[in-house]
Amino acid sequence: MKEQPDAIAALAATNPSPGEKFYPPFQVTPELTKKAKEYIAMYPEGKELSAVLPLIHMVQEKHGYICPESVIWIADMCNSTPIHVQGIVSFYPGIRTSCPGKWHIRVCHTIACALSGGEELLAYICEKIGINPQALTNEHPIAVSSDGLWSIEAVECLAACGFGPNLMVNDALYSQMDRAKVDALIAQYSNKA
Amino acid sequence: MSTEQQILPKDAAAAEGKVNVQINGTWYRFPKGTRIADACNSVGVHVPCFCYHPKLSVAGSCRMCLVEQGMPPRLAPGTTPTYNEDGYQTIQWMPRAIVACANTVAENMGIRTTGTVCTEARRAVLEFLLTNHPLDCPICDQAGECKLQEYTADYGQLTHRFTESKIKKGKNLSIGPRVNLDQERCVLCRRCVRFMKEVVGEEVLGVVGRGARNAIACYPGKTLDSNYSMNVVDLCPVGAMTSKDFRFKMRVWFLKSTPTIDVNCGTGTNINIWTRGQQVYRITPRQNDEVNSCWMPDDHRLNYQYINAPERLLTPLIRTDEGTGQRPASWEPLLRTAAEQLRRCKSSELAIIASARLTNEELYLTRHLADLLGVKFFDIVPRMGEDDGMLISADRNPNTTGAKLILGKDGSTLPDIVRGVKIGKIRSLIVLGEDVTTDAGITAEQLHDLDYLLVMAHSETPTTQAADVVLAGVTFAEKYGTMINVTGRIQRLNRAIEPLGEARADWDILRALLQECGEIPLKAARATSPMEILDEMAGQYDALAGVSWSSIGNAGLPVVDTGVTIPLIEREKSKKS
Repeated sequence: MKEQPDAIAALAATNPSPGEKFYPPFQVTPELTKKAKEYIAMYPEGKELSAVLPLIHMVQEKHGYICPESVIWIADMCNSTPIHVQGIVSFYPGIRTSCPGKWHIRVCHTIACALSGGEELLAYICEKIGINPQALTNEHPIAVSSDGLWSIEAVECLAACGFGPNLMVNDALYSQMDRAKVDALIAQYSNKA
Repeated sequence: MSTEQQILPKDAAAAEGKVNVQINGTWYRFPKGTRIADACNSVGVHVPCFCYHPKLSVAGSCRMCLVEQGMPPRLAPGTTPTYNEDGYQTIQWMPRAIVACANTVAENMGIRTTGTVCTEARRAVLEFLLTNHPLDCPICDQAGECKLQEYTADYGQLTHRFTESKIKKGKNLSIGPRVNLDQERCVLCRRCVRFMKEVVGEEVLGVVGRGARNAIACYPGKTLDSNYSMNVVDLCPVGAMTSKDFRFKMRVWFLKSTPTIDVNCGTGTNINIWTRGQQVYRITPRQNDEVNSCWMPDDHRLNYQYINAPERLLTPLIRTDEGTGQRPASWEPLLRTAAEQLRRCKSSELAIIASARLTNEELYLTRHLADLLGVKFFDIVPRMGEDDGMLISADRNPNTTGAKLILGKDGSTLPDIVRGVKIGKIRSLIVLGEDVTTDAGITAEQLHDLDYLLVMAHSETPTTQAADVVLAGVTFAEKYGTMINVTGRIQRLNRAIEPLGEARADWDILRALLQECGEIPLKAARATSPMEILDEMAGQYDALAGVSWSSIGNAGLPVVDTGVTIPLIEREKSKKS
C-alpha cells in the first residue's frame, strides 16, 4: 500500500488529474507577474496581503487550480507566507487544489435543489460521464473523468433556489434540469471546442 | 439618596481615570480600557480562557471566557439617571453572555461569572470543543496541566451527546526540531500562531481547513525551528504542542517546580525547574515583565542535562603524590589539607580565577579568600558573544554585574594571569567554577606544569583532571544565592534539588575553606546560609543597602544602573505605550 502523506505533507501534495492537459501548467511569466502587480497596486501600500484572494482567483482562472508552486509564488508576491495563503486556499471550497476537467460541472446539493431532484441528478451525471460518485470525498471534492474532459463537484447554493435543480458548467448556470436536459447538455458540450 | 451635595462614585473614579465595575456583586475600580478578563483576574475572580493571553493580540475565538454583563438602563429623553444610596445606577443584565477578553470595562458595568447564563454558555462551548477531541488524557503530556481538562472539571458536562464518528486529523506531526503537533487535541486558540507572528516574527504556523476540519499546520518545507519555538508548548492550553524533550518522560503531577533563574546568559531569565527526587525533568519560563516577559530561548531551556550527567563530581578529590591519580577524600581533612597547601603557596605566585557564574555570596567569600591569601592576580573569565535581539544577552555570564560590584573585576586582567601561567610566573592557581581550558585559554599541559592547582567545580573537566585538589561543587539547581543580571536587577537562585552525592554548595565550600585558612573577623565565614552572607553584604555595598533575601522576592530588585536593556522587553514596553 502506498504510504499516505501526513497532514502537513498533504498540504503541498500534488493531486494529478487528467484534466491538466486542458489547462496551461502554472509558470511564473513576466505577464503573470505584471498582472499580479496590477492587482496588488489596487490596495494601499503595506496592504499587499489584501491581494492574496484576487491573485488566487487569477491563477485558478488561468490554470484551473491552485498548485503548491503557485501558493509559494502568491505568498512571495503579497509579502505573506505560504501557510497563510494555504490557509485561505483550504478555507474556501471554491478554490480548487486539483485540476478540474475541461468542462467542470457543479451540481447544487443544497436543500432546495436536493429536494427537487439534484441528488439523483448528481448520480446520473456521474454515470453519464463515467465517474464513480464514491470518488467525491471531503478531501477530494472534485472527480475527473479519465479522458480529462469532464469533472464533477457537489456544491452549495447557486442562488437560483426557485428554479432547481441547478447546475453550472464552467461559468454558465443551467436551471430546472432533468435527465433529458442533462443528456442534451452533455451532448452539446461534447461537441464544443 | 440624600439631598446633600455628595460626590458620586462615577465622578470620583473618573477623576482617577478609572471606572466602577461590579464583579459578582462587589464594586471595584479599574483603569479605563482594562479588559474584562484582566479586571476579573486582578481581583481574584478567575475567568477561564484558552485563546486569550495578555502578551498576545486578542483573538476572542475560543468563547470560553463568556461572562454575563449588564449596564445601566438607557434613559428616555428628558429623564435624568437615578442613583441608589451607594451612588450607583441599577444594572440591567443582558440576556446573552459576552467574551471577557475582547471587551473592556465601562462605568457602572456589572459582570457576573457565576449563574446559569455564564456557566451554561461555558458548558456549551466545552461540549463543542470535546466533540472531536480524542480524549486521550491518559497518554497526553499535558494531562494535569491542561486547561481543557481543568475547565471540563469546572464547567463541563458528564455525558457525551455526540454519537457521530470524530473527525480524524494529523497526529504526532513533527513540525520542528523540538516540537510535535497533535491536531486532534487542538482547541484552535491560535496562541501558537500569534506568538510566532507577533513575538518571534516568523510566521511559520497557520490555520488550514474550515469548520470542524480546521487545524494548525506549518507549510511543508518550513519548520518551527526558531530558538523560541518551545514557548508554543507552554502557550498551548492543551496537549496539541508537545516538547520532544519532555514527551512521555514524566506525569507532570509528580514534578515539583522551583522558581529560580536561568544562568546561561546575563539576562537571568526567570524560570521554574521541574524536578522529581534528585532528577531535573524540564525547565519552563516564569513570567517577569522586567526580565523575560513569559518566554525563554530553547537552547537555555534544554541546557539542564549536565545537572544529572555522569560527569558530575560526587566527592571531593585529592592528589596526594606527584604523578599519581586523584582519589576521593572526606571534606574536613581535605579542606584542612587544602588550606595548609594554600598557606604554603607564595602569594606573589598565586592567582585566583573565579567565575561570573558564581553567586554574589560566593564572590563575596572569594574576595575575602583572596584578601586573606594576599592574592594580587585575581579575575573572572569574561564570556562575551552576540545578543540575539530577543532575550539572549551578549554577556554569556549570568553574574558579570555582580562580579563588577563585589570584586571590582570584569575579566580585563585575565590575559595577564594567563600569560603569568604560560611563562611560569604564576606557580599556583585557584580556579573557582570555571574550566579554564575552554574560554580562558590555558592549556591542560600548562595546568599540569603548575606547582599547585585547586579547583572548585561541579563536573569533571580537563581543569579538574589536572588539579591537586578538587572541591566538588554544585550546579545552579542545587544552591541558594543571588545574581545581578545585565540590567542591574538582583535575582534569587533557589535550590530545586539537594546537592548530588557528597558535593556541597559552593558558598558552603568557600566558607569552610575560609575558616580553615585563618581567623577572620567576618560573620560570613560562620554563616549558616547564603541569606546571612547577603545580609552582611547589604551593610557593605551601597548598591545592596537594604537588600535582603525576602525583599528581593521572586521578581528581583533593581540595584545597579547599568544602562543595559533587554531588547524583547523594550519592544513589549513600547508596544504597550
